[in-house]
Amino acid sequence: MPLGNLASLSHFLPELAVTATILLLVVAHVVGGNRQSAVPAILSLAGVGAALLLTALQASVPAKSLFEGMVALDGFAVFFKALTALATIVVVFLSMESEELAGRSQAEYYIFLLSVLLGMFLLSASTDIVMLYLSLELVSIPSYLLAGYLKGGGRSTEAATKYVVFGATASGVMIYGFSLLYGMTGSTHLGEIGRALAQGEATTPMFLAAVMVAVGFGYKIAAVPFHMWSPDVYEGAPTPITAFLSVGPKAAGFAVLVRFFYTVFATPDAASGAWVLSPGVDWTALFAVLSAVTMSVGNLIAVKQDNVKRLLAYSSIAHAGYMLMGFVLLSPAGIKAILFYLVVYLFMNLGAFYVVILVANRTRSEEIADYSGLGSRAPFAAVSLAIFLFALTGIPPFSGFIGKVYLFAEVINKGVYWLAVVAALNSVVSLYYYARIIKVMFLEDPKDKSEIAVPAFPRAVLCLLAIPTLVLGVYWEPVIRMAENSVKMIAF
Amino acid sequence: MMEPSAYLLLSGILFGIGVAGVVARKNALIVIMSVEIMLNGVNVAFIAVGSHLGDPTGSVFAFMVMTVAAAEAAVGLAILIAIFRLKETVDITELSVLKW
Repeated sequence: MPLGNLASLSHFLPELAVTATILLLVVAHVVGGNRQSAVPAILSLAGVGAALLLTALQASVPAKSLFEGMVALDGFAVFFKALTALATIVVVFLSMESEELAGRSQAEYYIFLLSVLLGMFLLSASTDIVMLYLSLELVSIPSYLLAGYLKGGGRSTEAATKYVVFGATASGVMIYGFSLLYGMTGSTHLGEIGRALAQGEATTPMFLAAVMVAVGFGYKIAAVPFHMWSPDVYEGAPTPITAFLSVGPKAAGFAVLVRFFYTVFATPDAASGAWVLSPGVDWTALFAVLSAVTMSVGNLIAVKQDNVKRLLAYSSIAHAGYMLMGFVLLSPAGIKAILFYLVVYLFMNLGAFYVVILVANRTRSEEIADYSGLGSRAPFAAVSLAIFLFALTGIPPFSGFIGKVYLFAEVINKGVYWLAVVAALNSVVSLYYYARIIKVMFLEDPKDKSEIAVPAFPRAVLCLLAIPTLVLGVYWEPVIRMAENSVKMIAF
Repeated sequence: MMEPSAYLLLSGILFGIGVAGVVARKNALIVIMSVEIMLNGVNVAFIAVGSHLGDPTGSVFAFMVMTVAAAEAAVGLAILIAIFRLKETVDITELSVLKW
């Protein structure tokens, strides 16, 4: 039975902690005005840290349905809450170092950042399409503002314009799909919709609804062909926000994609622990094709990019393609592989962006050509970036390799060989453009030989990101076990 | 209770007009207006189905969609004003600092 509103509150503490922090930040903004200070950043760190701890305490609580069936508290939601809170903490560190954001209103920035976090918490837990729509918009709308946060800067404002136009359209198409589902089943609850569809006949509106909802979620995870916004937004947005969008909302998008399609268009099969498709919509074939196209487009276009941020944007599209492989298999092991890959991806991707920020603070440039000789100008940053890039490629012994092994193993296990072959070829292509940056950094002579100093604090944060990237490549047992336990979803 | 099919047809037409506007028009202002038309089409569908089933959820959902649409329009227009101040145009085909 779903818990009532008041009884749910005690299981809603992480969200309440984030909400309280947002309100405190509003007060800090009113009191402090636009003054530059570290207070908002420290306040956000404390708030998100508290939310992360409260989420960790929920890990052992038996699964519950909260707020009359609006939100679920299950292993899956707890996993994504912890993941997105962790990403937000790292992004706060990135933002504190970024010179792009210095001189801009600090409190407002963190209000938007934490609003997105609250949206991601709710998005990964929603079990009702009303809640799902609202939380998706709570992720999207502050993201538009964050992408355009460098107001007056042409690139940033242009990025925000494109983002808002694409985002509003995609969510409009998605909500029309929801209205079709509501019309067919008369319910807004994911579990009930799923049960009604599993018994019914296959119909055209059902297929249309699946496609339209896929548009909305595909936009959130930047899957081809709904990816057009992402390179522009990633290049134009402030770099900490680029890092954030490529990890946080993307992870939350995967959470809602899995929860929605596995409850609405598939039913759990008690005997095998896997899922079976509802009649009529073979969305696994659709997404398998999307996965192959997404990784190929992302990797092939990344090859000819000269801007590091844009290159990482296409690489992040390609990684969404890899993760979609786990989504189409309808097996717990496939989802487990996605969850594990998201953890690994968080560290390596945020780490790569952190180095980009540190270099851009000094050189004011994100062109690959300006990375020449970085190996001698800033050895620490260059070696860290090399680690993150090798991990993104998926070379052993880095953690990206283990992430890919789990994904590939399950794809082959399920006999979808063509997809495994496409993904393997793609990994080879990706080696080319990642290695190109490394070659420029270590083998080319710098135009400007002056040293780029990396202070102690960024050094420590870089270590905190590089160590998991390395350690998860040799000792990943605890994380994979955590991912395995988080596959359980409830749908009451 | 009226049969909802006429209303659903209306909702489909509104949604189609909205999609056509998004695809065909270059002015970002018109594109945002078209998105609002899409959302209104969605609202008609929710209310028609909800009233046919005697279920208030449909109407409640329409209210939620309206709220979100207002927030989205506010943010969208603010961003358009910012871009207009920079470029003196809101034609999306002319926003080309960022490209392939």
